[in-house]
Amino acid sequence: MTAQDLNGAQIFRDSEADRGHRAKWWTSRIAIYGVLILWAIICLFPIYWTITTSFKMAPNVMKGNMIPWVDYQPAWLGWKSLGLSPDTIGNESTVRAEFMKRFMNSVIISVTSSALAVALGSLAAYGLSRFNYRFGFMKNADISFFFLSQLILPPVVLALPFLVLYRELALLDTRVGLILLYTLSVLPIVIWIMRDQFGSIPTELEEAALVDGLSIWGAFATIILPIALPGMVAAFILSLVLTWNEYFFAALLTSTYANTLPVMVASQTGSQGISWWSMAALSFAAILPLIVIGVVLERYIIKGMAAGAVK
Amino acid sequence: MGKCGPTLAPPDTVCVEIGFVMCPGPIRQRVDLWNSRTQRDCLHACTALCACHPPLPVTNMSVRSTGTLPAHLCRGAKVSSEGDLLHVVTNDNISDGRKRFGRAIIWGTAGLTLIVAVMQVMQATGQAEFGFANWRPTLYAFCTWAVALCWGQVLIRGEHGKRTLFVLPAAIFVAALTIFPLLFGLIIAFSDWNLSSPTGRKFNGLDNIRQMWTDPFYWNALWNMVLYSLAILVEYAIAFGLALLLNAEIRARKFFRVAFLLPLMLSPVAVSWMIGKSMLEARYGPLARLAKFFGVENPSFFGSPEIARATIMIMDAWTYIPFMMIMILAGLQAIPKELNEAAKVDGANGWRNFWEVTFPLMLPVSITAILIRIIFKLKLADIVINVTSGGPGGATDTVTSFIFREYRERSNVGYGTLLAFVYLVIIVIAMTLLMKIADRWTRPRT
Repeated sequence: MTAQDLNGAQIFRDSEADRGHRAKWWTSRIAIYGVLILWAIICLFPIYWTITTSFKMAPNVMKGNMIPWVDYQPAWLGWKSLGLSPDTIGNESTVRAEFMKRFMNSVIISVTSSALAVALGSLAAYGLSRFNYRFGFMKNADISFFFLSQLILPPVVLALPFLVLYRELALLDTRVGLILLYTLSVLPIVIWIMRDQFGSIPTELEEAALVDGLSIWGAFATIILPIALPGMVAAFILSLVLTWNEYFFAALLTSTYANTLPVMVASQTGSQGISWWSMAALSFAAILPLIVIGVVLERYIIKGMAAGAVK
Repeated sequence: MGKCGPTLAPPDTVCVEIGFVMCPGPIRQRVDLWNSRTQRDCLHACTALCACHPPLPVTNMSVRSTGTLPAHLCRGAKVSSEGDLLHVVTNDNISDGRKRFGRAIIWGTAGLTLIVAVMQVMQATGQAEFGFANWRPTLYAFCTWAVALCWGQVLIRGEHGKRTLFVLPAAIFVAALTIFPLLFGLIIAFSDWNLSSPTGRKFNGLDNIRQMWTDPFYWNALWNMVLYSLAILVEYAIAFGLALLLNAEIRARKFFRVAFLLPLMLSPVAVSWMIGKSMLEARYGPLARLAKFFGVENPSFFGSPEIARATIMIMDAWTYIPFMMIMILAGLQAIPKELNEAAKVDGANGWRNFWEVTFPLMLPVSITAILIRIIFKLKLADIVINVTSGGPGGATDTVTSFIFREYRERSNVGYGTLLAFVYLVIIVIAMTLLMKIADRWTRPRT
């Protein structure tokens, strides 16, 4: 073999596969980001549409304008009908008063029932993860199953009996009635999440605390609770989302005094000839708190939902 | 097995370690408990402990048992030694008076509840008049009983009662709010009860079942639930794909995660306006415009039964895909990276890597996610009620929305409750079967 031959044939060079690799890498990147961006648009467009529509006027809606300031001039029309635009915010507004009443109902009901569910559910989950119980024929596994099986129970089964019961108990159209039902409906989810949480905390911690002279409730409150707090926050947020959005029970069991925001939104949708801009404003006002929670506390929501998935 | 501990036992005695006691108070030393079946001479650490500190409160000693603890080890101390949970030695000296008081308040409040309930029943049936405006007194009496039951546990059973107190409130709450309404619902289900008519409840035997049997709309709604549930497979495929993408090495992962999560946060009622009534509106909605752009004449999303059903499926999928996606993502992140790397080294390409490594590993998580999703799907109602109210011709009806309308239009509680109960029975049977099948699938094959 001569020197010239050696020069002509490069010994080290990229093989076909290696050169193809870069191109393949780029196409896969483009495909991945393409799909991601497409799905992000699918997820976010309805929200964008609702926000922009709430600033539109009739001709904008009919022409199908999309981008504010570019193809239409935003107006406060939708928010004015809610009494929440800059020029009406100072004045009396019956719609705003109505909206605020519903909003406060939603806040009170969802926060109270979530807090109640987290309190009851955490205690139960802690007990089930630490001690042996025997309630009649039921042992720990049976009690857990009893709690979790509530998840399968469709709300419609309870709805009509509760309607009649609440009528007899004068709990119809009261916040307390809804709070009780909402607590019941999110309790299995809270127990599901918290059982997982407490299960991952070693019992040696309590043993040490007991040796130091704490009672079992003292150990729970001072040692275990702080450790399990992130899990409890996750359970609370998840319950909050579910109870805030609940419509079925609220529609059946409330009428004038205690109805929540979803019921108000739904009653507006039903009426014919609704103005899009005011509906958009109302819908957006109803979902705004949850969007904020979703963006700020996303970590906890994911944690809560992932709790049951991986064992 | 271990050699017997300190001095007291003869040197050749073989002892079994049965646990240890942490000494409370300032000493804080760990004392092992030894026992022997053959020789009694073994060191009984606990007695030794009690001997050196006669007034020692045994209450808060933590005993970890590695076998079964003989009860005579510490006199006056109760050892809970079932399973491998937390073991606490307790020394409860509960006086008889305290126990009697505990029993008294439980039975007393129970009696009170019973008396109030009987009085109310008598008033309701017109046998006597006590001047109750509603059934609240019974409710209050029941609540008193519930509190007394919790308190009584502590009074009667001391430390054990305090442990029961963790689970008892939740158990009473759930039992009171489900079992009682369910029993009550059973009565309603077999009666003709129109809430708006003054005649009140009439027992009508099996009439409701006969009516259900010939009600084509109910069967149609049940069939729709099957179709809706089948749509979960498509949702699952999309959710899995998205989870894989989010798990890949990408930039702005947090942004995409938040964006993908948002649909789940929105209330179905708002979604039914935002998408169902405005974006899908046939004249001005942006999706209708998009359809026109692609050449569809007169796009209508709720015109024909099939398209309407598909639209509802898509809207529901839009809301709930994030839920499955997050569960699957959590599962994906729990898979050790080494497994996929090893497969790559062995020459598996991306596709085979997915089918032969990732997917089988994800099977348990997938099945959990799908089962939970089915449970949620069976409750589907809000979107249907608000967007189509079941139309056209019942094509989009779910069982829940059908019963909702049945009540709203005829306010017949009896028939609606019966339909709901039949639905519950079907769900319980179907879910049990599904779980059995899923269990068989995921169990490792030998």
